[in-house]
Amino acid sequence: MSGADVWRLSATALAARVRAGDLAVADAVESGWRGPAAAWEADVHAVAHTDPGARAAASSAAARDRRTAPLAGVPVLVKDNLCTTDYPTTCGSRILAGYRPPYDATVIGRLRDHGAVVIGKGNMDEFAMGSSTEFSAYGPTRNPYDLGRVPGGSSGGPAAAVAYGLCPVGLGSDTGGSVRQPAAFCGVFGLKPTYGRLSRYGLVAFGSSLDQVGIFARHAGDVAATYAALAGPDPHDATTRQTPAPDVSRWDRGVAGLTFGWPANLWREGVEPDVVEGLEIAAVALERAGARRVAFDFMPGEYAVATYYLVATAEASSNLARFDGVRYGFRHDDAPDVRALYTRTRSAGFGPEVQRRILLGTYALSAGYYDAYYLTAQRARTRIRREYEAAFARCDCMLMPASPTLPFRLGEKTDDPLAMYLSDIFTIGANLAGIPGLTVPVGLTGANGRPPLPRAVQVLGPEDAEPVLLAAGRALEVGGDTIRLGAAHDTEFAWPTKR
Amino acid sequence: MAYEAVIGLECHIQLATVSKMFCGCPAEFGARPNSNVCPVCLGLPGALPVTNREAIDAAIRLGLALGSTIRDVSVFARKHYFYPDMPKNYQITQYDRPLCEGGALPVRIGDATRSFALIRVHAEEDTGKSFHPERHGDRQVSRVDFNRAGVPLLELVTQPVFREPAECAAFLTALRRLVRWLGISEGDMEKGHLRCDANVSIRPAGTQALGTKSELKNLNSIKGVEKGITAEIARQERVLASGGTIEQATLLYDADHDKLAVMRSKEHAHDYRYFPEPDLPQLAVDAAWLAAARERLAELPWTRAERFAAEYGLPAYDAGVLCDQRELADYFEEVVKEADPKKVSNWIMTEMLRHLKATQRGVSDWARNVPPHHFAFIIRSVETAQATATSAKSVLDEVFANGGDPASIYAERGIRARSSSDELLPLVRAAIEENPGPVAQYLGGKTATLGFLVGQVMKKSGGQAVPQTVKDLLEAELARRAAAR
Repeated sequence: MSGADVWRLSATALAARVRAGDLAVADAVESGWRGPAAAWEADVHAVAHTDPGARAAASSAAARDRRTAPLAGVPVLVKDNLCTTDYPTTCGSRILAGYRPPYDATVIGRLRDHGAVVIGKGNMDEFAMGSSTEFSAYGPTRNPYDLGRVPGGSSGGPAAAVAYGLCPVGLGSDTGGSVRQPAAFCGVFGLKPTYGRLSRYGLVAFGSSLDQVGIFARHAGDVAATYAALAGPDPHDATTRQTPAPDVSRWDRGVAGLTFGWPANLWREGVEPDVVEGLEIAAVALERAGARRVAFDFMPGEYAVATYYLVATAEASSNLARFDGVRYGFRHDDAPDVRALYTRTRSAGFGPEVQRRILLGTYALSAGYYDAYYLTAQRARTRIRREYEAAFARCDCMLMPASPTLPFRLGEKTDDPLAMYLSDIFTIGANLAGIPGLTVPVGLTGANGRPPLPRAVQVLGPEDAEPVLLAAGRALEVGGDTIRLGAAHDTEFAWPTKR
Repeated sequence: MAYEAVIGLECHIQLATVSKMFCGCPAEFGARPNSNVCPVCLGLPGALPVTNREAIDAAIRLGLALGSTIRDVSVFARKHYFYPDMPKNYQITQYDRPLCEGGALPVRIGDATRSFALIRVHAEEDTGKSFHPERHGDRQVSRVDFNRAGVPLLELVTQPVFREPAECAAFLTALRRLVRWLGISEGDMEKGHLRCDANVSIRPAGTQALGTKSELKNLNSIKGVEKGITAEIARQERVLASGGTIEQATLLYDADHDKLAVMRSKEHAHDYRYFPEPDLPQLAVDAAWLAAARERLAELPWTRAERFAAEYGLPAYDAGVLCDQRELADYFEEVVKEADPKKVSNWIMTEMLRHLKATQRGVSDWARNVPPHHFAFIIRSVETAQATATSAKSVLDEVFANGGDPASIYAERGIRARSSSDELLPLVRAAIEENPGPVAQYLGGKTATLGFLVGQVMKKSGGQAVPQTVKDLLEAELARRAAAR
């Protein structure tokens, strides 16, 4: 391969070259910028903040201290709600304009410890509230497969960047599907780990009991390598699990003997035919690789969307109270007293979707409404969790759509919040239940009069089932061809083509 | 109409832990503003709390001391309101499932001990401190110091069990003693280690229904609590007497001017929107933790006072004073190994505590210069008539001031008690010779002059004469002279 094509490499292949001394860290880190970014970034706008000086400094540090590490020289675009000392952290919001944290999130520190280099901050829906990355104060991100369509959200920036080749790995956050849905829309892998497996310290909170840092990559093995680097207890996050993270080193072991649930009742209506076709393709591939399909009806709580939006908005209304203009970020300059400072700063600093959710959450927690809304939602949440537990008593993992639709057009749902909320229906369950979910690309749709679009499935598992999900993901990556399971990672990927 | 007051207290106890409630920053007082801060206690985006076990341990020990029920699972909650000294615009506290519930604090009032029932004790974080407003050029500026933000607090809430302001003061005094005894707080109200709000209502004497209450804030000394509540009861009585009704309100007490001001009325009451803190797991206290906390608890002040009374035959009052401070009780128990308990108690209450009060020093300062063994020697020297109380006290003064072994001071000065008439008679005679005036008065029937003459003899003896012997000798000598006249 020519040096110019380094950006096509998987993270593990790229790190191996760096460790072998065949590739300089700086060249690895800059490969995406020198390669596809020139063609794509101006149109896609995946990156909210970057800085060549900061990239060079981080590259030098990695080259000096971490040249033999597992992710040596791997460039990573991280969502703009993960605190970084070398780039602003603005959560796609005006209220944090110019804010630069004095500390690195735990996952950022672990990336650096493992030799990876943060190359900038990925665009996102403001405070991770959205499913299209259209609600960013820094402008929307577009889907590289069709620039008229959204990349999904809220972690649309990192998803799109990994898809077009800026970097092999990205980090996002997933509160109700914000990693898995954009991964599906951009045709890449997207893992939401078990709640408590990746530290949330330094992840700007949206819904604390739902938020998990998630991983984007073009290859199952890269998800596994990144998960291995990041997962595990963190003394700064009391909600991390205290036991060691599950071992994902055998992500290429195959799925022989595994059972996967097939709750086809969920996509009998309201799901686009292309998405259903993707599920069929995946099921056949898993069966070819030796897994067994277990068909059953699954009713993960008809109130899941209502439950999710009560819990998420209640927690968000509380978490976002700290953005008041007093200590950091944007401050309204015309405020005669402190009350005006609060209301004017927050009215001008937060976008409409964030204000809508703060109002909803404030209402749900208010005296007289708490029992009816928040408490009821907590009870419903417990039931939803039990329903997932019951399903996983019958199978090792479960197939499900990541989204009921293929990527939709920009502007298509921005005026209809409810339609936007309903598109989360297949992803919010994992957050409510605290279980892991992995989006796995299953190729592009046929060219029926429109550009081919990514198609994906979601694999859900019980707590700590990340090894199972990755094994299933790898089996699907090679189309169920067990002979290729252990083949070295290469540059094979359904790359978008620039039109 | 006669009214009776119903008062409940809400006390905040600032814990003397090394670090803050939810981060590793020092909890110390007096550092440069905004120097003991980190992303967590500043509430920076992305920061998360981690519970300080030592603070919870202190809460458990206080709960055990008060006989509260310690929940094996309690829950932190967020309490929301916007204020610039609150970094997250919510406070992490406990709400519907607090760590400690029930219990009571025994308080000695006069000769009786009364037990005041509690609702709960829970752990929470303190806010920062606002300084405002200050004039900067043409602008008013408020500044905030976040060093205090996140410092651990315990909130203790009593049942509405008080009827008199003085009871509240006695309760706070006892609470202060307890938190110091347990070593969990310095308990100084003036420094804000101990803070108190009072809920006050009144009702016609003899009735049961509760009146509308007001919440009294800014009571920053024990005396202020008593005065503030007294003022509020008087205000409510005036309102009712003039045919008005009590409005639910929060009032601030201005101790300097003995005045109350309304801070906010019911219409402006906060909706704190409590909900369980999702960043913290439920707080689990297992049997092993409880047992370890109980181990650290040691003997409580009131139990120890009872033991002192029973074991050493002390009056309840003495035992109470000795058990006012743990160090003092410890010191007493060391001294009493070598001297009579009641005598030791008397010496401590009259001499030692007088000295400490006058010099503003503590028991440990005393014990450094006057170790128990030396104190016992001095006390014993009077009992065995080796020295007079006067000389013993003067040696004690000196030892407290400069240290040193009283036995060698006695030897150096030749201190002993003089009671032989051979020794004292010459002094008595000399005093009579030198003071013909008072002697004439005495002989003329003004016997009170005798005290003056005794004093003259004591002076001549360098304080070593036993006063009763001197008195006896003087009377005999004067009688002899009267007869000889």
